[in-house]
Amino acid sequence: MPSLTQLANPTRFLDFSGKLIPWFAAAAAIVLAVGLYYGLFASPPDYQQGDTVRIMYIHVPAAMLAMGCYTLMAASALGTLVWRHPLADVAARSAAPIGAAFTLLGLITGSVWGKPMWGAWWVWDARLTSFLVLFIMYLGLIALWRAFDDPARASRIVAVLILVGFVNIPIIKFSVDWWNTLHQSESIFRMGGPTIDPSMLRPLFLMLGGFGLLFATLLMGAMRAEIYRRRVRTAQLVAARPRASVAAATPVSAAASPASAS
Amino acid sequence: MTHLGYILAAYGAAFIVIVGLILWVWLDLAAQKRKLARLDRDGTRRRSRRPAA
Repeated sequence: MPSLTQLANPTRFLDFSGKLIPWFAAAAAIVLAVGLYYGLFASPPDYQQGDTVRIMYIHVPAAMLAMGCYTLMAASALGTLVWRHPLADVAARSAAPIGAAFTLLGLITGSVWGKPMWGAWWVWDARLTSFLVLFIMYLGLIALWRAFDDPARASRIVAVLILVGFVNIPIIKFSVDWWNTLHQSESIFRMGGPTIDPSMLRPLFLMLGGFGLLFATLLMGAMRAEIYRRRVRTAQLVAARPRASVAAATPVSAAASPASAS
Repeated sequence: MTHLGYILAAYGAAFIVIVGLILWVWLDLAAQKRKLARLDRDGTRRRSRRPAA
């Protein structure tokens, strides 16, 4: 099993992730299928929410992954700024669209649950508003990455912004404790244990596991695509230079690309 | 099942978002591999992949 330092080499990451992806994808499909069976057919309706509790089995994993993905991006931003880790920017950039998609899913499923339960598709509640801010931040970061031609230059600027935006994650997490919100307070990962009945906790954890495996699969695939994209860019830059200057030139823009470390 | 329409809408949205993500990653990966293979075929290589002079 290669260490993290060894995986920092993009070529090794490509080899390793290529072997892991089929296993992770298969595991995600199996766990999600079992989770869906329990969530839709083998768990009871809630005594207050009725069957709408089944929406929670996708809403909660999507919301947790949305925040987890941003936390991973913040760790990657540290890796970019402090250690210049060759894969850190690749990981952050690849994770952003996936995180945005899970945030959107959290917003949609929350809204669809809110209409029959609260009588409103949307309320400007602290949890909902801070979660919407997370979605806007994801979109802003993706736009900023695309605004730069040179990925190396973009990486440092975006990494600073990711770290600044990380302040929103504890705000989302603790918003239900700090303010009087319509959104329910923490009921799974809390001191004193979950307040949810085990019959509903089982499909919830299965779906959490399935979503987690799916996220890992998607992230590895997106990172592979990003590494190849940077290699294509480097090769195109080299091809665009006159032959003589290629031979004489010191590595500048090509070497600046993290992917060129391989 | 109560509120069936809402439940179907939520699971339908999840299906669309997840399938969309899988397709996006898959197609992007395939496109980048194809571009790199084409450049390689045309003799355009990164310095690290050039044969030593």
